[in-house]
Amino acid sequence: MFRYILRRILYMAVTLFIIATVSFFLMKMLPGSPLKAEDKLSEEQREIVLEKYGLNDPVPVQYVRYIGGLVKGDLGISFTFDNTPVTKILMDRIGPSAQLGAQALLIGTFLGILLGLIAAISHNGALDYTSTILAVLGTSIPSFVFAGLLQRYLAVEWELFPVALWGTFEHTILPTVALMIFPMATAARFTRTEMIEVMGSNFITTARAKGVSEYGIIFKHGLRNALIPLVTVMGPMAVSLMTGTLVIEKIFAVPGIGEQFVTSVMVNDYPTIMGTTLLFAFLFVLIILVIDLLYVLIDPRIRLTGGES
Amino acid sequence: MSKLLEVKDLKVSFNTYNGEVQAVRGVTFDLNKGETLAIVGESGSGKSVTSMALMQLLPKPHGYVKSGEILFEGEDIVKKSTRDMQKIRGKDISMVFQDPMSSLNPTMKIGNQIMEGLIKHQNMNRTNARKKAVELLELVGIPHPETRLNQYPHQFSGGMRQRVVVAIALACNPKILIADEPTTALDVTIQAQILELMKDIQKETDSAIIFITHDLGVVANVADRVAVMYAGKIVEIGTTDDIFYNAKHPYTWGLLGSMPTLDSDEEELFAIPGSPPDLLNPPKGDAFAPRNEFALEIDTVMEPPMFKVSDTHYAATWLLHEDAPKIEPPESVQRRMQGFSNTGSKDGEK
Amino acid sequence: MDNENKNNNNVPKDLLVPLERKEDTSDKISRPSRTFMQDARRTFFKNKLAMICVFILIIISVMSVVGPGMNDYGLDDQDLSRAKMPPHVPVLENISWLGFDGTLTDEFKGKDIEEATKNAVARYGNDADFIDIKELDKGDGSAKSAEVQATYHIYEAKDMGDQYFWLGTDTLGRDQWTRLWLGTRVSLIIALVAAAIDLVIGVAYGGVSAFYGGRVDNVMQRILEVLVGIPNLVVILLMILVLQPGILSIIIALTITGWIGMARIVRGEILKLKSQEFVLAARTLGTSNGKIISRHLVPNISGIIIINTMFTIPSAIFFEAFLSFIGLGLVPPEASLGTLINTGFENLRLYPYLLVFPAVLISVIMITFNLIGDGLRDAFDPKMHK
Repeated sequence: MFRYILRRILYMAVTLFIIATVSFFLMKMLPGSPLKAEDKLSEEQREIVLEKYGLNDPVPVQYVRYIGGLVKGDLGISFTFDNTPVTKILMDRIGPSAQLGAQALLIGTFLGILLGLIAAISHNGALDYTSTILAVLGTSIPSFVFAGLLQRYLAVEWELFPVALWGTFEHTILPTVALMIFPMATAARFTRTEMIEVMGSNFITTARAKGVSEYGIIFKHGLRNALIPLVTVMGPMAVSLMTGTLVIEKIFAVPGIGEQFVTSVMVNDYPTIMGTTLLFAFLFVLIILVIDLLYVLIDPRIRLTGGES
Repeated sequence: MSKLLEVKDLKVSFNTYNGEVQAVRGVTFDLNKGETLAIVGESGSGKSVTSMALMQLLPKPHGYVKSGEILFEGEDIVKKSTRDMQKIRGKDISMVFQDPMSSLNPTMKIGNQIMEGLIKHQNMNRTNARKKAVELLELVGIPHPETRLNQYPHQFSGGMRQRVVVAIALACNPKILIADEPTTALDVTIQAQILELMKDIQKETDSAIIFITHDLGVVANVADRVAVMYAGKIVEIGTTDDIFYNAKHPYTWGLLGSMPTLDSDEEELFAIPGSPPDLLNPPKGDAFAPRNEFALEIDTVMEPPMFKVSDTHYAATWLLHEDAPKIEPPESVQRRMQGFSNTGSKDGEK
Repeated sequence: MDNENKNNNNVPKDLLVPLERKEDTSDKISRPSRTFMQDARRTFFKNKLAMICVFILIIISVMSVVGPGMNDYGLDDQDLSRAKMPPHVPVLENISWLGFDGTLTDEFKGKDIEEATKNAVARYGNDADFIDIKELDKGDGSAKSAEVQATYHIYEAKDMGDQYFWLGTDTLGRDQWTRLWLGTRVSLIIALVAAAIDLVIGVAYGGVSAFYGGRVDNVMQRILEVLVGIPNLVVILLMILVLQPGILSIIIALTITGWIGMARIVRGEILKLKSQEFVLAARTLGTSNGKIISRHLVPNISGIIIINTMFTIPSAIFFEAFLSFIGLGLVPPEASLGTLINTGFENLRLYPYLLVFPAVLISVIMITFNLIGDGLRDAFDPKMHK
């Protein structure tokens, strides 16, 4: 088990290193510098600015410096935003994104499991069809379309929630709902399929034959076995949350990482773009690692083989 | 002997997209305390469905009891609510399934799976239930029960898993143990061990056993009485001796003839031609007639009733009608029946 | 067992004679046999929902080809004098609640009716002659207590009553109908090409890796393992930043990691098939590699490939819209569903129709593709065959 984790962390580091390297050189290929055309600078001032960003050195030197900085958590300095270090910008903005992400993931998954469970129990009944339709809509309708609907009707038209911005808990409700639709629908579809399959398996009949109550059958024997594979779709869910963050934060003007990214794209602030991208990559790789470890922990069948491989 | 279970004209159907499949078409038998009844038949004959109906475990909502009664200690199981049934399942009637690889919950420790029934039916606390679970594992012959209790099913071999399933079934000293092809999925040597185990346990606990199998060979060693099922009906029922020495139904002859034995050196194995009828549209008359070389004209028109052969022995074939032509079983089957009575069945051993 | 011999009396005794068999019926098979593909096709065609989706999708595809030519307006016919015109459709314009009558309607508040009306008139370019005012709330004199509903007949106001912009015009006066179907065309092309490239690369990579096995498989798998760890979002964002915005860049960005899923699935399936008896049997009989691939492997994995492709398409449509929405996709005047939705959002408050049509269309496309994918998955699942 320990060796397995070690190996996985090594893989993770390699992956991140490759992403960092590739993105560094890609960024180098792009035109653009901290200098704006409208800034009328003398040759000397120009030198000073470039010096400050370390853009005068040859590319390999810049590369080594960048990677060295990464290891220490230094992502460089933003071209705009008062030349703040990128790490600081991201740190200041991670709060709202993390809160939205966590709320959406937890509530979405919980509701999704509930929905899937209800659908599976009333297999082919009216409730099943309703929740299946909801799930198809949820996985199909793009989150930004859904967010637009929420904003237009619940906020603008009926004034139930704030239209945008950040501050109180009320501000988080609409973005959370828009963001959680995909995880919810995914969890619902998955739980339904797995649950129906598990409820048809032989060990459920064994449990019934033991006289276990219907409640015990569904929760102790059924749901537990149905939920283990749910861990495997957490990866796609995490990605959907990240893409979701970009659009949802833009729509609701949430001062988070996603909104920052979109703004940085508009003004060609490459260090910030790259920093955000690397942060996404890091989070993704971390989530995948956690998911794999979680899988080993909660599924007794994997424990043996996981240790050996 | 008192009657523990009486099944009267039980009919079970399944609703499918193509229509109603009549899996069990009127089955009548009874079970006495402490005896072993074997139900024999090929796949699709309705033997497993019958056993599922006894526990109200028919797959819902497609499978249902169409008519008939299942009297357990005088009370009709068919009419019981799910909640009442949960009190009977595992406590009075329990079941051992065919495939030990899939009949245990893969994510639950063996100990918990055994203790579940004890805690529910006997109001035991966990400590006592655990003690009892250790005893049960010892009883079914699993070494190091204390450590095994904390293991998961995937850490057990097939034979060991089936022992665990037997232990679960026996946990609350059931009055009836239904064993649905408990040895089919196992190696021959393990099969023998499990059968031996069930016989031993029956001696200790005095449970009645309904033993469902397609293998007549197994039956001779275990059963007191045998019911032969074909196309959803019992075609012949009698003591093991009746069936093995004095079978009357051509289908039973076919089964006996197709059984490989060690002591018969000469003849080729006998195969029953054709395949069982489609129970979506059961044939008119005797369902076995199309495959029966001794079929009579009347078989295509009218279903044969149960003819009495002796107090313990009944068979549903027109050949037993007093006016029917006297037909003897094929010679090879006769020789076999002779052979069985020489070597002796279970009763012979006693 | 009391009923024995009971009905002996009415037994037709003359029938108690051996049966004369006319033909051997004992082995008759009562149901016709079908191949797996026939079964799959039959299950799919019986799936009403999936068939409806196929039908809708065909209509949308056809419209994306012929739609832009159905009126005289072009993709980039800008004319600010006719900007932000609401939908106006002949015949349907007479049914006011449909919203195709070429009017803009909104509610306005003020401290009394007069002020509310003034607000409304000011909002609609001081064109009082063409504004119908309906009182909703007289109000009590306090701020914003009175409310009126104003309906602005913009086509009459601009003297364009004979012009019909079926879905209205955008902020630059371009016909939304034309742009919508051109945008759909672009989105569908991107999705289909991306899915096709994923399919080719994925099947080739996975197939080679699994079929040759051994060291080849080992090396190819290590490469995949690293690639899988990179989130596609990151790759797509990076690629799109580096490449010039355009259809081709989006396709490249989508396919650069998109094929990985397909490669893994194909490899897994082929490995599973390779060890099965029928393939071993074919090998034992000296069948050539090419024949094993074409006769045994391809037919058995085609189902899963089709299903996977069916789910790739909507996800590609989504990513294109997503990129355009955050400003990384196509650049105007080029239209795609994503850019249209983006424009729609900017004008959501006042001109909701600019968002509604592309948003509904993209949702319908996504839903139909997903449901067809579901239908195919069921069709290729032997357990679902009836």
